[in-house]
Amino acid sequence: MTLRVRRVGERGLLVETGGLALSLALDAALRADRPPEAAEIVPGPETVLVVAPTASCEAVDRLSARLEALCAAVLGTALSEAAERAPTVTIPVVYGGADLAEVAEETGLSPEEVVARHTASPFVVGWLGFAPGFAYLTGLDPVLHVPRLATPRTSVPTGSVAVAGPYSAVYPSASPGGWRLLGHTSTVVWDASADPPSLLRPGTHVRFVRT
Amino acid sequence: MNADRLVEVLATGMLATVQDAGRPGYAHLGVPRSGAADERSLALANRLVGNPEGFAGIELTLGGARLRFRGGAWVAVTGAPCEVAGGEMYAPAWVPPGGEVTVGMPAAGLRTYVAVRGGVAVEPVLGSRSHDTLSGLGPAPLKPGDLLPVGPALGLALPAADYAPPPSFPSAPVLRMLPGPRDDWFAEGAVEAMCAVPYAVSSDSNRVGVRLRGPAPRRTRRGELPSEGMVRGAVQVPPDGQPIVFLADHPPTGGYPVIGVVVEADIGTAAQLRPGDTVRFALLRATS
Repeated sequence: MTLRVRRVGERGLLVETGGLALSLALDAALRADRPPEAAEIVPGPETVLVVAPTASCEAVDRLSARLEALCAAVLGTALSEAAERAPTVTIPVVYGGADLAEVAEETGLSPEEVVARHTASPFVVGWLGFAPGFAYLTGLDPVLHVPRLATPRTSVPTGSVAVAGPYSAVYPSASPGGWRLLGHTSTVVWDASADPPSLLRPGTHVRFVRT
Repeated sequence: MNADRLVEVLATGMLATVQDAGRPGYAHLGVPRSGAADERSLALANRLVGNPEGFAGIELTLGGARLRFRGGAWVAVTGAPCEVAGGEMYAPAWVPPGGEVTVGMPAAGLRTYVAVRGGVAVEPVLGSRSHDTLSGLGPAPLKPGDLLPVGPALGLALPAADYAPPPSFPSAPVLRMLPGPRDDWFAEGAVEAMCAVPYAVSSDSNRVGVRLRGPAPRRTRRGELPSEGMVRGAVQVPPDGQPIVFLADHPPTGGYPVIGVVVEADIGTAAQLRPGDTVRFALLRATS
């Protein structure tokens, strides 16, 4: 088995992994032994985008060769290995968010049970997007999959812990948002002056605990 | 802050921001690259005053700015050509202490760059002084009354050129595009069809992207594309079929198929398109 790699303009290569576990394994392998030609490595649910710093054919060709070798190596190892090496972050949450009661009603659970299922879900950061430090946490208990608000809030406070569709998230900064708010954490997930600025990175394991 | 080396913002025009070469390397954390929309024009302005190409300067949108240089400074103005009082387009000019540079409206193009010898030395965020309009990272857009520190000129190269030939602003701009990565979501020949007709630049274009109005490329694949990494120059086609060419502040990931990617050499052309302009695509084929 080989992975299809698509060209993205003059500088980009898009590896089709077909699934998040392989995206995260390839992302981890690329970061562990980073080719100098990989200026950006952006995992997605079914792809990993790698971008060279300049539009040099030689650099992109070298990157392409390295990617091919790395893909083969990653395909040859158990995906669980990369997952085991990933860091785990525990995030304390004060539940009682503005949408907790409504989510309970929609899912036919009590608010207590919503919290129990949220804290029992073994989350893994799939990818980041929407805003700096906004991590899409995969692994949400399927019973808690609820749609976004029909009308997004104009401002969701920093540290809001929320769910929408198959994902959970912690709002890294105040922003408009349509996710359903279950609670709030004082854990800082985004600090532009820190290195790295984001507590949650692709592959990070996350557990929420009630405080 | 050295009181002698300050830029005082007196007027900003529509949108004036500090921009440098942006903050690459953080896309996986949800951070757009940002940086000057027309990178080459900023690089040229910097070269004219002896700065490294990636130093921070000021990006103006449709001109209209007035700046006072408290300590005096070497200044160069590039990009969309404007009437400049107190300075010059495409040439370094010495602005005496307290002197003002007034930039009028561009005759063509959208974005004009002002570089000052030593660079604009506001506090960097994640290694860059660029204001990112999408995420809000970096220094806020400029407003009258702002005071911007200027970095030391010590150790910089001497300005090497007295004048740089102005770039052309063609009345029929063309964006060369490589097909893919998701051209297979569209009908056979859809990319060629896009290249056969002009597109109009919409007024809701901004630093995130140039929004175009014209015939929709015919999509053959239904359903949603899982979110994937995006690049500058990507031509994304949302469900309404109206293409968006991504510029500096584009989101690092997106969920609409990218039918083609504008070549690096033409990103500056895209960044200089103004609402009402007409633009064409030209298809390139990858050599490897």
